[in-house]
Amino acid sequence: MFDVLVGIFSYGFLVRALIVGLLVALCASLLGTSLVLKRYSMIGDGLSHVGFGTLALATALHAAPLAVSLPIVVLAAFLLLRISENSRIKGDAAIALISTTALAVGVLVISLTTGMNTDVTNYLFGSILTMNASDVWLSVVLAVIVLVLFVFCYHKLFAVTFDETFARATGVRPGFYNMLIALLTAVTIVLGMRMMGALLISSLIIFPPLTAMRLCKTFRSVTIASALISLACFFIGVVVSFVCSTPTGATVVIINVLAFCLFWLLALLRSRAPS
Amino acid sequence: MTLFTCKNASFAYEGHVVVSGLDFTVERGDYLCIVGENGSGKSTLIKGLLKLLAPKEGSVELGEGLKPAEIGYLPQLTPVQKDFPASVFEVVVSGRLGSRGLLPFYTQADKALAEQQLALLGMEKLKRCCYRELSGGQQQRVLLARALTAMSEALLLDEPVSGLDPLVTQELYRVVSEINRERGVTIVMVSHDIRSAVHYASHILHLQNTQVFFGTSADYLQSPVGIDFLGGA
Repeated sequence: MFDVLVGIFSYGFLVRALIVGLLVALCASLLGTSLVLKRYSMIGDGLSHVGFGTLALATALHAAPLAVSLPIVVLAAFLLLRISENSRIKGDAAIALISTTALAVGVLVISLTTGMNTDVTNYLFGSILTMNASDVWLSVVLAVIVLVLFVFCYHKLFAVTFDETFARATGVRPGFYNMLIALLTAVTIVLGMRMMGALLISSLIIFPPLTAMRLCKTFRSVTIASALISLACFFIGVVVSFVCSTPTGATVVIINVLAFCLFWLLALLRSRAPS
Repeated sequence: MTLFTCKNASFAYEGHVVVSGLDFTVERGDYLCIVGENGSGKSTLIKGLLKLLAPKEGSVELGEGLKPAEIGYLPQLTPVQKDFPASVFEVVVSGRLGSRGLLPFYTQADKALAEQQLALLGMEKLKRCCYRELSGGQQQRVLLARALTAMSEALLLDEPVSGLDPLVTQELYRVVSEINRERGVTIVMVSHDIRSAVHYASHILHLQNTQVFFGTSADYLQSPVGIDFLGGA
């Protein structure tokens, strides 16, 4: 086991990927707790599809992926939230519309320029080789913002998640917090997408909170457990993928699935056990 | 002292007028029930009283020293809450948010107040319980405790009894009535249950997208609209 860790830390790109991945996993699980409870989990999925389209665009323009993806995905987050809050098209349908549109645009751009190649596979399913120094810095900044938000606005986030109407009546502005969460989710997705894959990144948002909710019964414990589960699953996933030479993104998702099953079983056992 | 004054007020959503011709006052210590059919503008009016919605015409005034953020409010249940992982205490103490301002954490005084409100409603044993594992009646009591934790002197309740069985409903009416009588808290409640409304409330406001009756419960029973509504119910 020790040899494996030494092996991982001897590769610069793996250390970078581990830092970015752990920070992204942390942010995704915290933001995910609020998103999942508010029934907004599909926003993560929609944004990652938009992210795929922007990556294709960046390749076609020979631009840095981060510089193209970040503004467009943030804009999409803004748009998705607006649509799902006040429009005749219901939220889930709106998200499906936007995500399939972005996918189609991405596929068209790719086939008109580079053609289907390994780049495309990397966008869809992730590659651990893609993280550079600017990703590391951005993920550190993101993690600091998300942690500050969750520590200092924890009670407001709880109120907004639990009961928007009541929160508004007590003077908290739910619109502001919804927007903040959607924007941070967009940045998290853009950062994690190239490593985890556009099709797999939303698992980091949805699995950890759902796993935590099997056993935890208070908002505080769900939030903390979700973050810890996410960090553990990502680390185990990277180690397993290193040892077994499997794709990182998919391995992390499978570890999350196993954690979910484990917690679900434990919850089942606890409900059966005489109390 | 007058806590709420509506002067010829009307409310609209996206330019579409929902309720108009509102002309009434709520005095301190009153127990006002707002009745009427579905879509007659009851919940809209509650949002207006909370200043969440500005009147399209006319005016809504709060009594001196009454801040919207300090009115106890019990909104309609949303599907999100039914299986929300939160402890009873987490929910109740969140009523203090309105008085917290920019301070990020609750003080000991906030927590003590939340515990006190739970105890007054006979819920102190459930403090650490999970909200989603409670019965419908218990959940409403928790939300009532949260509203009481937030309020200064007025409590707005939006259909607190919908979805509860008759026994629990009567229990909740009794509790609200007690809060009104014993603590002098002003109550404004939206209700479907016209019989209980007339029985417990001091005043009735009947809406049909416009104000068709405002007065005491006794007068309502004698009025044509009251006789008609009670007979039909």
